[in-house]
Amino acid sequence: MRVNFTVNGRPQEADDVWEGESLLYVLRERLGLPGSKNACEQGECGSCTVRLDGVPVCSCLVAAGQAEGRDVVTVEGLADYARQRACGTGSCGTPLDEAKGWQAKGTDSQTGEGTGLSPIQQAFIDAGAVQCGFCTPGLLVASDELLERNANPTDADIREALSGNLCRCTGYEKIMDAVRLAAARQSEGV
Amino acid sequence: MPANGAPTKITQGSKTRGGIGESTLRPDGTLKVTGEFAYSSDMWHEDMLWGQILRSTVAHAEIVSIDTSEALALPGVYAVMTYDDLPTEVKNYGLEIQDTPVLAHGKVRHHGEPVAIVAADHPETARRAAAKIKVDYRELPVITDEKSALAPDAILVHEGRDDHHIGHVPHPNIVHRQPIVRGNVEEARARADVIVEGEYTFGMQDQAFLGPESGLAVPEEDGGVHLYIATQWLHSDLRQIAPVLGLPEEKVRMTLAGVGGAFGGREDLSMQIHACLLALRTGKPVKIVYNRFESFFGHVHRHPAKLYYEHGATKDGKLTHLKCRIVLDGGAYASASPAVVGNASSLSVGPYVVDDVDIEAVALYTNNPPCGAMRGFGAVQACFAYEAQMDKLAKKLGMDPVEFRQLNAMEQGTIMPTGQPVDSPAPVAELLRRVKAMPLPPERQWESSEGADVRQLPGGLSNTTHGEGVVRGIGYAVGIKNVGFSEGFDDYSTAKVRMEVVGGEAVATVHTAMAEVGQGGVTVHAQIARTELGVSRVTIHPADTQVGSAGSTSASRQTYVTGGAVKNACELVREKVLEIGRRKLGSYHPAWATAELLLEGGKVVTDGGEVLADLADVLEGEAVEVEEEWRHRPTEPFDLRTGQGHGHVQYSFAAHRAVVEVDTELGLVKVIELACAQDVGKALNPLSVIGQIQGGTTQGLGVAVMEEIIVDPKTAKVRNPSFTDYLIPTILDTPTIPVDVLELADDHAPYGLRGIGEAPTLSSTPAVLAAIRNATGLELNRTPVRPEHLTGT
Repeated sequence: MRVNFTVNGRPQEADDVWEGESLLYVLRERLGLPGSKNACEQGECGSCTVRLDGVPVCSCLVAAGQAEGRDVVTVEGLADYARQRACGTGSCGTPLDEAKGWQAKGTDSQTGEGTGLSPIQQAFIDAGAVQCGFCTPGLLVASDELLERNANPTDADIREALSGNLCRCTGYEKIMDAVRLAAARQSEGV
Repeated sequence: MPANGAPTKITQGSKTRGGIGESTLRPDGTLKVTGEFAYSSDMWHEDMLWGQILRSTVAHAEIVSIDTSEALALPGVYAVMTYDDLPTEVKNYGLEIQDTPVLAHGKVRHHGEPVAIVAADHPETARRAAAKIKVDYRELPVITDEKSALAPDAILVHEGRDDHHIGHVPHPNIVHRQPIVRGNVEEARARADVIVEGEYTFGMQDQAFLGPESGLAVPEEDGGVHLYIATQWLHSDLRQIAPVLGLPEEKVRMTLAGVGGAFGGREDLSMQIHACLLALRTGKPVKIVYNRFESFFGHVHRHPAKLYYEHGATKDGKLTHLKCRIVLDGGAYASASPAVVGNASSLSVGPYVVDDVDIEAVALYTNNPPCGAMRGFGAVQACFAYEAQMDKLAKKLGMDPVEFRQLNAMEQGTIMPTGQPVDSPAPVAELLRRVKAMPLPPERQWESSEGADVRQLPGGLSNTTHGEGVVRGIGYAVGIKNVGFSEGFDDYSTAKVRMEVVGGEAVATVHTAMAEVGQGGVTVHAQIARTELGVSRVTIHPADTQVGSAGSTSASRQTYVTGGAVKNACELVREKVLEIGRRKLGSYHPAWATAELLLEGGKVVTDGGEVLADLADVLEGEAVEVEEEWRHRPTEPFDLRTGQGHGHVQYSFAAHRAVVEVDTELGLVKVIELACAQDVGKALNPLSVIGQIQGGTTQGLGVAVMEEIIVDPKTAKVRNPSFTDYLIPTILDTPTIPVDVLELADDHAPYGLRGIGEAPTLSSTPAVLAAIRNATGLELNRTPVRPEHLTGT
């Protein structure tokens, strides 16, 4: 079958999709977006978390056909998504400071340094919340959604929001730090 | 960060920014947060096929027949291979003992053993084809424990063993046995005022790394193959893969793909050979990705264990003796069992002074899932038992459990039961003091003006209590882990370091085969290069087999050994750079010949701080490159009868204090806080150090209260191979983990550092158990603890 949906703001069309394929499979194997991870295929680990019409879902549990005509945001689109959210609905160009920073840094092809990051992505790096990084895409999408609806979450709020995302490396402390850091920067307008 | 004791050895250039001791950020961080980092499961190649493994549905059986015809007939299937299709006479592999069949030959020895492999153009086609392979099994009785393994009529799991352990084991179903005898236990026992015995059970833990086993094998024009793979040790894989394929090692090229965690579970091969076989057979790239269900069968687990302990102590609280027997279930294949036995026996005494010991550790061959390496490696099981014993002894003597431990704590100079002196700081008593001195979390923190916040109570959002029946408990534990490969193993690493001018700036490139599995080795290598070479820009070359072996990312060894190799190579590069400088510029300043010279901030400077030259000018038109192996101090094997021998390189210590709240009516446990104090020698990257300690602590918490692979004792089949049924701690299960880092230099190690990754996994579990005992008054001799153990239902 053919599936039409929007991914990270761009219309996408996937052909020859077998009915049993998950949204995760189509993103990873047909659309070249492997950022969403497959770690359990049972909705237990949250590594495949994406936004489906704004709602965080385990994309391994969504049949590709269910995404027909809907909006999907993956970790690959998180930075743009955050930028657009920051602008509201009005038009929004690249701020001058950011443009300068971009120019000065360039993008390092090996490390990706200089890539525009969303506040939550930057906070994960700064707080040491990334080790092996396999859980990171899902945690970023879930954390970003939390901060979108709750700008000043308590620790209990953070734990509740991220309880569907397993991490085996960090013991979660640095992930807590990252979300707190992103929230603090957000409230300071940094 | 507190720093006590001797200064760590920084050879030079410590003023260069981003060097050792700073919490520099990961070089792969940006790629990992944008989804661009290419894990082994993300590999893709035009025209690639998907591989699938058919695994045994029974634990122990003869294979009567295999019929692959229906699978081969399925459209989209390119190849089906069984044992009969293996290309050479080498059909087994293994880390130490080559006892593991690439594909089952006439017999399967555990549930989930690979029997056949399929390549097809869609993963679902491959799965369906595998399901169409008909295997006729004739089931055999299963060996599942010591009793059945050593019974007079026991079937041998492996007949005709010819490995180097068979000569000293009392039974062919025992992989390896290591006794340790020192002093005189009978005489020492006579001095004891109290004697405490215990029989402990440790459940089978899974590494549960999130990135499943996966990789891509690409056939090459020269008849070889290029494997992109997530592993812990590229060269160990290579040594095992090439003979099975019938290829010389240089025709099997290996590149490390992104690794989604490891924790020991990637020491053994998983899909490596299968993917290569299918790629060579079909002439097409083949990708294999396990799903979680298969991952539970696709790697070894932590050895479940029975531990029988007897300690004595005098009435003033001094340990008199230790008599113990540790029985590890190695499952169907040897994997790392012999080395786990060596660790379990040599560390069975814990970080305590006990002069009179009678110790025995064995690993069994059974039809249970194969067990091998997991973070803590034999020391974890022992720590669970000896720490329970310490609490029992303290209680019997009416002493404080921390004071009792401190009274018996080892220190620098203590002789281990193996006869090996501890020749670097061993701040066991100090770590206990520090962890005890941390402020306790407030009582009843779940209470608020609006009633109880159930999220902070046992049972959480299940809303099972608002504080009724909830009791707090506090427990302590401390552990000892060896660092590096032991028992005479040639545990070296190789680093290639290059320095040249790029864009008018001196740049260093570090190339090793070290498997970055998330621990942050790549961060540390760049820091070492900055410190030693005084440059700010360091490129980390992808890990592959085009450079010499880095050894395994295991045994808390990589920062020590590959870090040591990088440091050593940098020092050699530095000498060559200075030679070039003297040759080119020596005539301009006498200090080139007379002063101690450093590379710092991109310049050559004298130890007095005078700048002699810019590194870019020295290196203009020249590149300096060094590839060199580096070794730590040699170790020696343990004597097979007495266990005597200087078997270990270095020891690592951590202590924990656990605070738990237990709903005593329902048997639900909430860990409120798990504080840790650890000596790290020198924190090369403090942020990463704390991350390792918190991560290790959490894995210890998991096996204390939830994690266990359940194997049916009647069938030896795994009953919970999924994240629905095998639970690992979520963010709701994991408490705050305050960390106190002590830095006492080990003069034998690079920068004085101490391997850190595993020690926190040891003491975390017994601390949680001690806290639950403290809350409930129950004896609790097994881990993990389940609600029924607390409620007696």
